[in-house]
Formats: sequence, C-alpha cells, structure tokens
Amino acid sequence: MTYGFRRSLGAVLGGSLVFAMNTVSVARAEELRIGFLAPTTGIFAAVGKDMVDGFQMYLDDHKNKLGGADVKFIVEDTVGKPDTAVTKARKLILEDKVQMMIGGLLASTGYALAPVSTSEKTVYISPVAAADDLTQRELSKYPYFIRTGWSSSQPSHPLGQWACDQGYKKIAAIGADYAFGYEVIGGFQRAFEACGGKIIQKIWPPIGTKDFGPYIPTIKQDADAIFTLMVGPMSLQFPKQLAAAGNKKPVLGGGTSYDEFVLPSMGDEVIGHVSALMYSAALDTPKNAVFVKEYRTKFGKVPSYYSEVNYTTAQMIDEVIKNDSGKFPGAEPFIKQLAALKIDAVRGPVSIDEMRNPVQNIYIKKVEKKKMFDYDKDELWNVVIKTYPNVNQFGQFNKDEFLKTPVYSRDYPPCKFCE
Amino acid sequence: MTSQQIKILAVMVTLAAIAIIIPNTSSFVILLVTRALAFSILVMSLDILLGFTGLPSLGQAAYLGVGAYMTAILATRYQFGLGYDFWLVILFGMMIGAALAAVFGLLAIRATGVYFLMITLALGQCVWGLAYRWNSLTNGDNGINLGVRPRFGIDLANEVTFFYLVFGFFVLSLLAMYVLVRSPFGRSLTGIRERELRMRILGYNTWLHKYIAFVIAGAFGGLSGVLWAHTAGIVSPENVVLTTSVDALLMDVLGGAGTLVGGAVGAFIVIGLREYLSTLVPWWQYVLGGVYVLTILYLPTGLMGIPERIRQHRAGLTTGIERRKLTSTPS
Amino acid sequence: MDARFWLIQVFNGVSYGALLFLVGSGLSLIFGVMRIVNLSHGSYFLLGGYVALSVIWTTGSWVLSLPIAALAIAMIGLLMERIFLRPLGFDPLRQVLLTVGFAFLFQQAALDIWTGNNFDINPPNVLTQSVAVGGIYLPLYRVFMIAAALIIGTILWLAMEKTRMGAAVRATVDDAQMARGVGIDTSRISMFVFGLGAFLAALGGVIGGAFLGIYPGLDFEILPIAFAVVIIGGMGSLGGAAIGALLVGLADNFGKALFPEVSYFTLYAPMALILAIKPTGLFGRE
Repeated sequence: MTYGFRRSLGAVLGGSLVFAMNTVSVARAEELRIGFLAPTTGIFAAVGKDMVDGFQMYLDDHKNKLGGADVKFIVEDTVGKPDTAVTKARKLILEDKVQMMIGGLLASTGYALAPVSTSEKTVYISPVAAADDLTQRELSKYPYFIRTGWSSSQPSHPLGQWACDQGYKKIAAIGADYAFGYEVIGGFQRAFEACGGKIIQKIWPPIGTKDFGPYIPTIKQDADAIFTLMVGPMSLQFPKQLAAAGNKKPVLGGGTSYDEFVLPSMGDEVIGHVSALMYSAALDTPKNAVFVKEYRTKFGKVPSYYSEVNYTTAQMIDEVIKNDSGKFPGAEPFIKQLAALKIDAVRGPVSIDEMRNPVQNIYIKKVEKKKMFDYDKDELWNVVIKTYPNVNQFGQFNKDEFLKTPVYSRDYPPCKFCE
Repeated sequence: MTSQQIKILAVMVTLAAIAIIIPNTSSFVILLVTRALAFSILVMSLDILLGFTGLPSLGQAAYLGVGAYMTAILATRYQFGLGYDFWLVILFGMMIGAALAAVFGLLAIRATGVYFLMITLALGQCVWGLAYRWNSLTNGDNGINLGVRPRFGIDLANEVTFFYLVFGFFVLSLLAMYVLVRSPFGRSLTGIRERELRMRILGYNTWLHKYIAFVIAGAFGGLSGVLWAHTAGIVSPENVVLTTSVDALLMDVLGGAGTLVGGAVGAFIVIGLREYLSTLVPWWQYVLGGVYVLTILYLPTGLMGIPERIRQHRAGLTTGIERRKLTSTPS
Repeated sequence: MDARFWLIQVFNGVSYGALLFLVGSGLSLIFGVMRIVNLSHGSYFLLGGYVALSVIWTTGSWVLSLPIAALAIAMIGLLMERIFLRPLGFDPLRQVLLTVGFAFLFQQAALDIWTGNNFDINPPNVLTQSVAVGGIYLPLYRVFMIAAALIIGTILWLAMEKTRMGAAVRATVDDAQMARGVGIDTSRISMFVFGLGAFLAALGGVIGGAFLGIYPGLDFEILPIAFAVVIIGGMGSLGGAAIGALLVGLADNFGKALFPEVSYFTLYAPMALILAIKPTGLFGRE
C-alpha cells in the first residue's frame, strides 16, 4: 500500500469510527421532537403566546426533559388559518420528523389538522381546539388524535343546568358564527331546554366582528338573561358595547368570553358575568396558587386556560414517557398510554374517556373584583362559585342518544322557541 | 439560434430538470413545488390579462376560488370527482371559471387601467363575501376538508404521483397559453395593450377581444382551483381573500409580466420565500417586500426581463429608473 | 322591529360611516389628484393606531395621541411619495404595485415593533359613557366619532372651497395638464395631498382603534371597505366620499342586522354595479 492510500484508509476508518460512536451515543440520549402549532401572529397572537408559554413553562421547570428524554420543541405559526396550519404541520412531520404535533386553536384548524395526523400516522394532541365531533361522531377517522383539553360543549352542559337552577326561563344567545360558537351555544341550549328553559333567540355575528352595533339592538327585550360566546378580540369589545347600550340583564357566557387571556384588559362592565370552563386562574387550590404565581412572575400576566391546558399536556407527556423509560414508544402505544392516564393537574383531577376526550371538573365562575393569592391589588378574577365534578363530553346526557343526534350546528338544536 | 429559440430551450431544460430532480427531494419540497405549480397556472392566466392585454386584474383569486369550492363541494357532498370522474371535475372547473368570468367580464371589460383594477377588486370581494358568509354552501370560515384524493388506476394520495399530475397540467397550460399568445388572436391582444385606439381604428372589435381573453383567463383560473383544492386538501375563504389576488399580481410583476413563464417564476420565488424561508428566519417578509419594491422601481420588466435589459444596457440604452411600461415588448 | 330598533341602527350606521369618511376621504383625494390607487392606505390606518398606542403608553394622554399619530404618518406618506412614487412618473399601475409592496413592508415592521398582540385604544372615561335620549342609549364614543367626522369634513370643505391651495387641488383633480398650464405646481400638490390622505387615514386609525381594536391584519381588512366608500361615492370628490361613507356605513350595518348571510355581498355587489355603469363612482370627477 502506498503512503497516500494508507492515509486515506486511516481517514476513512477513523471517520467511520467517529460516525459509529455518534450514532450509538445519539441512541442513548433519546430525543423527543415535538411540533407545536399556534397562531403567534395575527388577531389571535396573544392567545398563541399563552399556548406556547404554558407548554414552555413546564419544559423550563423540568430542565427541558419530558419523562427523561431531551425535548426538541419546534413552534410554527399558523396565523389562525387552517390552510397555513396544514402546510406547517406537514413541514413539521416531513422535514423536522416530529413524533407528535400539538396545538391548533380554532375548531377549523382542528378539523384541518386531524386528517393530516391520520394520513401521516403521527400523533396529534389538541389541548385547545375543541371541536366536538373530533372525539364524537368522527372519532374513527382520526385514530392518532387525542384531546387533553376539552370539547366545546363540555362546560355548556352543566352551565345549562345551573341556569335553570337560577330561575332563568328565557335566554337570548349571541355567539361567533363558526363551529365553536355553534357547539358552545348548542350544548347550553340542549341542557337549558332539558330542564325547562327556553332559548328564544340566536344571533351569529361573524368571527372577528368588532362592531356589534348592528346586533345588540336586535336582542329580544323579554329575555331573562343573555348568553354570549365570544373569542379573541370579540370578547373584549362585546361586553363594552353591551354595557354602553344600557344592558341591565344578567349575562352568562362560554369560557372564552371571560377567560384570563382577555380579563385583565376588561373593565368593570363585566363584573357579575358568569361563565363555565374547566379552569379558572382564581381556582383556590394550593397547586393553582403556585402555578399562577410562577406564571405571573415569569410572563408578567395571569395564566389563561390556554396556558394551563398546554402546561398540563406537557405534564401528561412527561408521565407517559417516564413509564416508557424515556423513549417514545411509537404512535399507537403512546396514544393508548396517554388515554389511560389519570393525573392531578393544576385544574384538578383529569382522566381521559374511551373516546379520547378528558373527564374533569367544570367550574362555574363569576367575575368579581377582589384580591387573591396575596396580591395586594383589587383585580378582576373569575371566582369559582360552583364545581361540577367528573364531567365528560356528554355531560348529563346519555352517550348513545347524544351520538344519534347531529353535531351542534347553526340549526341544531333547532330554535323551537325562537320568536 | 434566435433569442426566442434560446428562451424555449431554456424553459424546456428547466421543466425537464424539475420533472427529474424534484421527486427525489424531501416530501416537503415536493409538496411546496406542487403548490407552486398549481398556483402558477393562476398567475399565468393573470399574465394573459396583465402582460398581454394590458388589463390589471386584482380579482383573479375569484376564479381559483370557484374552481376550488366546486371541487370541494362535489367531493364532500356528492362524492363526485374521486374516481375517473375527476377528469370531469377538471372540465367543470374550467367551465365554471369561464362562466364566472363571462358574467364578470360584462361588468368589467368596459373599464381600463386603474378603473379595471378597482372593479375586479370589487368583484373579487363579492366572491369572497359569499364564500365567507354563505355558510350552508361553503361552510363559511371553517372551510371544506376534502379528505381524500382521487384514485383512478393511479392513486393520487401518493405525493410523487400527484406531483406529476399537477406538473402535467402545468406544462399543458403553459403550452396552451403559449400557443394562444403567439396566435393572431394573441397578437391582437398585444396590439390592444399597446394602442387600443389604433386597433379600433383598424377595425378590431377590441371589447370582444378583451372579453374573450378575460373568459379564457377565468377558465385557467378555474383549472388551477381544482388542482389547488386537491393539493391543499382544504378550501376556505382564505383562498379568495384580497391578498391572494394581490399575491398573484405581484408574482406576475416580479417574474415579468408578458412572458408567461415570468408568472411561474414569480410564483415559485414568492411561495419558496414564504413557506421555506419563513421557517428559517423571521425577517423573510422584509426580503419579500424589499424584492417587490426594488423590482417595481428598477426592474419594471421583472426578473425575466433581465437578459433583455443587460443587452440594452450594453447597447447603452438605459438610464436610472426606467420610465417604461411594466410589460416587455413581445419578441 | 320597532322604531327604537331602526333609530339605533341608523345611528350606528351613521357613526360607522363617520369613521369610514376619515379613511375614505384621503383615499379619494389621492386618487383624484394623482390617479393612484393607494393600496397602502389601510397600512396608514393601522400604523396611525399603533403610533397612537405608543404615545398613550409613554405619555398617558389620549388627546395628544391624535395629532402626533396623524402627523407622524403624514410624514411617512410625504416621504413615500417623494422618494418612491415621484420617480416613477406617471405610471399609475407601477405606482399602485409599489404601494402594495410597501403595504407588506409596513405590515412586517408593525409586527416587529408592536408585536402581534391585539390592542385596544382606551379613550378617556368621559367618552365611554352613554347618554340616554328618549329611551335609547347612545354611546358617547359614537357621538364623538360623528362629531369628529363633521368637524374634519367641514375644515376640509372650507379648505377646498375657500383657500388658494384648495382651488389648486381642485384644479389638479379636474385637469392636471391644464392646471400645470396655468402655473400650478402639481407635483407639490401631489405631495401635499398624499400626506393629507395619510394624515386622515391615521386619524381614522386612532379614532377607530377604540372601536375596532388595533391588530395585525386590520390594514387589509379596512382597505376594501375604504375602496367601497371611494367607489360608491366617487373618486376625487370630497362630498362623494361623505355620501359614500354614509351609504356604506348604513348598508353594512343594516346588511348585518337584517341579512347576515349575505352581508358582505350586499356591500360589494353595489360597488361592482356602480363601477360597471359609472367607472368613476357616483359623484366621481373625470
């Protein structure tokens, strides 16, 4: 062998050795690649930030490891558009080779991403996107999909019952004109009418409406109360304009109408408004007190439910991967194990039902101005006034009968008592 | 070889390169290129109007929209178009695009220049408004999920197979439009763009010429819509929003209005920047905006016009910012 | 639907129209004088709102934010016209496209400077009350919007009709070549009008910011509506802009209240029809 040949041979051998060592060492410190899809720009940017921050805080608290595995956390911007979300999801799965994708805000995004999870055989966890049918009538289409947050109508069912208990007989509903709006109001209507109440009106301003001038005057005068479902910037504007129009009726709403992501920017016009959700930052438990204080110190604002559900999702992934000794077990086993989990989350006890949606407490909360958690200023908080434990996505209704009826839509439940 | 023959050769080489190289890259790149190809058909249809007839349309997204929505509604509500009837959907897509253009053209063609711009904007907004609020038909903001791709002997769910299909349509469209613009009809369009009054004096029915060009552009827009629906798998009002029409216009100007392939070049660059660069650096929008501004200021004939300008510069014919029309002279 | 309902809806429509007048009048003048379709007009509206927010955050004064934001954006408009639009000469299509390019740049810059969050401009408390008139609650802020539009509209009208500058502008709108022929410096008029248009748009953004919020995407949302105003009312006509704004405000309001399913269609379809019949708009001057 010539000198040159020996040198090159040595280089090749040496290189191969280094390469082999690297592959071996990579296999030992398993990496968990997580793709996160949220609107970090656009009109829902503030919500997207809470979603990312919630998950990130758990990672920071646990040295960026989940269940012992190092986490590669990749965030992609959906701009709140399903089209963009699908492209980014494909990029995450095909280019970044993530083992799971998490996120999606709007129902439309959820409906767009779920088929991607099926076609690419990748786990899709939705802590926020709550479109009912993904874990109801369309469940079989999405075997890789699981929810760790809620379904849109889940909190509405107990709230409907609560409304009857308050003595309300006729309620006018106004909500954002899209799937989420239909499902939250639909669930409320079903529950409220099942215990003797009547929904006498349904108004649907388009999502993103900021000027409710055309809609507010049409609210029926003989309603005992108003039920609203607002999201994003709508949540901020609607109560202001409602108050400015001289409204004196009690106001109930879906959780996103008064959630903490918008509550700090609201004024006294929302004091007394009632809503229902599986989380409130004012939940008076030791675990939540720690969570709220840490989040507030870190990000300068009170956590919203968007923060909590993502924090809890990280916690759940942590538990599952821990049981698998720090390795991702593959898409199907992962889903199975996640679905079998029961944890004590910040928001209370959470387990997953057989249709891959959480079972949890639903809190009826009222906006009050007070001091909480040793903060020395009077602020607006969603104070919990009643807890309904162990609520699943069908609420007080029988699952099989529920599934026989169509999914909540603009026209379902039909407005029998609309005048 | 004449410059024309060189151009044709260059285009053919590029097309061959795309056909051979792309299927061997990552799935994500295949996906992006497929999207760019589908959208390019729309941009090229706009080029017929802007580049060759001198009609700046700010509402072409409407034709993509009707083609896409029709495909989605047929597929999800009537299970139509998922087998061999896919080819019928292609035909229907072109027909519905043409039909819409036929109606809109009656309103729009009388106007010229910026008035034409405004009226096509308004018409495009009408389509958007309906897509957004006519919930029972279009599912409003949620959009329509197509779910599956057609199978007829070949399974279009396979990314590479689908890429070849879209690529095929792209080549056919390019060819068809090329034949169109080089035909006597096409040349009269260019004549109208340059000096409409003179054409009228010469006896041409300029209104009819423009109208036909508008309808043809609509047909190709509809075709791109059908392909787009299956590429993205989801159709939503976002597809017909104003910024989509603006995108198409800017892509055409960037690439070079009046060159047909310029439209495709512009589409590839913008989509590449937007989808690919956006995942690498956060300041990609400045790059895009900057490229637009610089092109409009200093390269009115777009990127495809660069060789021509180099030639002219060598001949000492250019100074500073060109006070020229946006379109290159036909060669 | 009783009289109360109609009265409130008319009031709401008029107040929305007031806001649209601010946005549309600038656009209309720019078109009338320069024949440019300024597609970055929406960006001026949005930037006005953002600058006002910054002023409020640093000084706490809402009143101060109005003139500062308007003047700042007017400056940007002036610069844009001088540096970028002027050199293109009379090439309306290229100028239009340039404004689009800038719209994208502005959008990104706004995102970088003010982040992607939604903001609300909070006017002083006195304006957030409502006044009860005959059983109807009228939010004072909407009254303020109408008053602002009336005052500004009057000032503009007086300037156009009674001052030499105004006469020069009107002359340029009617016939630029003739105006140059009688010695009017049309390029200075162009610059001035463009700056004025930006000023008005930014003012609209500050005033509208309390009403619509300030967030990324608002620029391209308000743009087609501003165009509806200009087209229906007529390009280049101030009075036309006022009427157009009123009509659009009322049509939008009533459309949403009575025919929600086709509410956007009821706005843009008339726009298309009017353009088809009279391309310069109802009261347009050509």
